[in-house]
Amino acid sequence: MEAVMKNFAIFAAALAALSTLPAVIVGAQEYKAGSIEVDQPWSTATPRGASVAAGYVTIKNTGTEPDRLTGASTAVAGKVEIHEMTMDNGIMRMRPLASGLEIKPGQTVELKPSSFHLMLMNLKGPIQQGMPFKATLMFAKAGSVDVEFAVGPVGASSPPAQDAHHH
Amino acid sequence: MSRQVSRLMVIMTASFATLACCLGVIAFVGSRIGTGSVQAAAIGGPIHLTDQNGQPFSDQDLKGKSFLVFFGFTHCPDVCPTTLFELSEVMRHLGKDADRTAALFITVDPERDTPQALKDYMSSFDPHLRGLTGDQDAVAAVAKAYRVYYRKVPLEGGDYTMDLTAIVYLMDKEGRFVSPFNMRRTAEAEADDLRKHL
Repeated sequence: MEAVMKNFAIFAAALAALSTLPAVIVGAQEYKAGSIEVDQPWSTATPRGASVAAGYVTIKNTGTEPDRLTGASTAVAGKVEIHEMTMDNGIMRMRPLASGLEIKPGQTVELKPSSFHLMLMNLKGPIQQGMPFKATLMFAKAGSVDVEFAVGPVGASSPPAQDAHHH
Repeated sequence: MSRQVSRLMVIMTASFATLACCLGVIAFVGSRIGTGSVQAAAIGGPIHLTDQNGQPFSDQDLKGKSFLVFFGFTHCPDVCPTTLFELSEVMRHLGKDADRTAALFITVDPERDTPQALKDYMSSFDPHLRGLTGDQDAVAAVAKAYRVYYRKVPLEGGDYTMDLTAIVYLMDKEGRFVSPFNMRRTAEAEADDLRKHL
């Protein structure tokens, strides 16, 4: 009887641990939480001494309700903001999206160079090629999604080559 | 009566505004189809800055060299490192010819981009690329000469970013503007193009 109780306690604890897992890892570079699918997070190595970096990722809303990327956090940066970069007549502008980035039902939003990106600020150290880092993306409805960013070379404008099979 | 007068005034004002607009458009188009030499004279000019080694750098140091100029800042996560990486690739493809040109990265954020900060940053790129900074006035003077727009934009928590004209300029041996340097080609094609101007 005691053994059964003990087993049950372990089972309950395991169940509790599972239920707090924010996301289910679907593939090596693909993550899912509720109706939100997060694909291929990547970044680039930073030039020496740089204190900012950009994070890119593809987000798909498979549900019927709009959701919103509201923020992100990572141990490698003091803070992360969601920015939009625009290029107009040769003038580059970067603006924080104060209320986050909406992902409509059925919509796929790409955070990519010269567009939406996660602005990693106050970097705690260099981001180095081939050294992935973990981050948590926060969604208004889907909650938080733990992901890992692959890191390409300095100045790369597309995801690291080893992820090519996703396209 | 006074209502009629005021209506007439409105019509006259509107007509005048329309005329002014037309004249403006004609003047604008006229300037666009003006001779190349007029345009060339409009972009570029003296440079009196400090390089990443803390040494003074002026346009006199570029005499007899065609060169590329790009304005940016190190707190720029995307366009700046990408452009500097591509310019590094151009230099690599130029091989020995890279010594006959120059590529300048002029910061518009001298407050944070000290010579030491630029020295670190530029060490990640081809050694032919030169990072330049200076005091606010010196940077403003060069930006004005190159018709570069830049502006500090505050972010939360006392941080800031910059709006700026992110164009690579190709300048000739006399320091005159040739054209914007198209960075949407392969590094090899860009190097071949630049070589024609050396």
